[in-house]
Amino acid sequence: MAKKITLLDYGMCNMLNVARALEHAGADVHVTEDPRDAVAAERLVVPGVGAFSECMRAVNRLGHGEAIHQFVRSGRPMLGICVGMQILFEASEEFGETPGLGILPGRVRMIPNTDTDGVSQRVPHIGWNYLIEPQAGRSWEKTLLEPFGTESPAVYFVHSFAAQPANDDDRLADCNYGGHRISAMVKRDNVTATQFHPERSGTVGLRMLKEFLSR
Amino acid sequence: MSNLRIIPRLDIKGKNLIKGVQLEGLRVMGDPQEFALDYYRAGADELVYMDIVASLYGRNNLSDIIRRAADQVFIPITVGGGIRSVDDARHILRSGADKVAINTAAIARPELIGEVARHFGSQAMVLSIEAKQVAPGKWEAYTDNGRERTGLDVLQWVQRGVEMGAGEILLTSVDREGTRKGFDIDLISQVSRLATVPVIASGGMGSIVDFLKLAESARPDGISMADTLHYKRVQLGDIRAAALKAGLAVRQV
Repeated sequence: MAKKITLLDYGMCNMLNVARALEHAGADVHVTEDPRDAVAAERLVVPGVGAFSECMRAVNRLGHGEAIHQFVRSGRPMLGICVGMQILFEASEEFGETPGLGILPGRVRMIPNTDTDGVSQRVPHIGWNYLIEPQAGRSWEKTLLEPFGTESPAVYFVHSFAAQPANDDDRLADCNYGGHRISAMVKRDNVTATQFHPERSGTVGLRMLKEFLSR
Repeated sequence: MSNLRIIPRLDIKGKNLIKGVQLEGLRVMGDPQEFALDYYRAGADELVYMDIVASLYGRNNLSDIIRRAADQVFIPITVGGGIRSVDDARHILRSGADKVAINTAAIARPELIGEVARHFGSQAMVLSIEAKQVAPGKWEAYTDNGRERTGLDVLQWVQRGVEMGAGEILLTSVDREGTRKGFDIDLISQVSRLATVPVIASGGMGSIVDFLKLAESARPDGISMADTLHYKRVQLGDIRAAALKAGLAVRQV
């Protein structure tokens, strides 16, 4: 039987693509704006695109913040995508200071517009980049990255801001952008989140979503 | 820098994928879905769809085509042509596009760039520029598939567009489009140097050599091609293999 996924809709735009990728990966997708559905979900996916502050405003208006907190406490699997990863942190400096949900310690900051040699680089960071192990090291066993073993899969990023986890243990994978390490994926207990877009990362992304369904 | 993106471009008229020469003299190629699926399976990094008659009708008619594509294509999709307002952009994004490319309406009212960026994020706001050379080292921005002049200098427009909130530039050389004579390297180099956001170069690819030359000399973030793929003169996989062999940073698939 297809695994049930609840996809939390708070009016941001990429619902359809996330839903379709999850369906392609074998999920029975239920899209909802109702925080009660989110709390009761078997598996919850929180996507997000656009500005952090707009996302948080929508999350707060719809009562999704408390729902996400409750769901996380339930221990059931949750996946955040892009801004859906960023809002898990304490605050973002996009368009001034905006508080996040504070589920993971750390802040969301602008990507540096120069590389580590001081040469200017593009922001937003758009394109395919390889996932690498964080500096402090981290096993990908029993995570969505397990199927990739020691490979460094390429995934699709599009963002100007990135979360900086305060706790190294939360970092699951990074990517290298102009010599800077950007936190590409975090995991703590039942919560996994990606800065990149698995729903836009071709077969590699679909493989991760399948893995999310199987856990 | 990210890996250089290889981006098939699908110009659409009505239901059909078409191909023209310098954006005129159109020829029907077939069902865009078949081409899109082929390119997705062959490892395209992204797809661009352009409704090339949209400005005649005043609206973009690609939402059905995009919805179908989004069912089976799990890479980013940029859609352009006839997008005039935040509502138009929303409609296209809700159909399954990740980004909208805006040319005519942004020239008519540059504030639209900021409005789209604020609503959907600058990463979703691609400034599409049709550039035609008017003097050595000088290009003018055109609209309506290279038919209407605007008097805007391309380099100044790039700067202004980025200031207004564009998150990416899709740069098409009107002079080279569909000619297979190679990219306008001078144009793309200058824009690429100037822009602080990613630049996708389009127009003129006739061979893999053209691709390699552009990548090495002008350093764009993405290279788009149409004609050469649609007519199967070049295979996507061969472009990637040649780029890797030349030591260029493209995604290994």
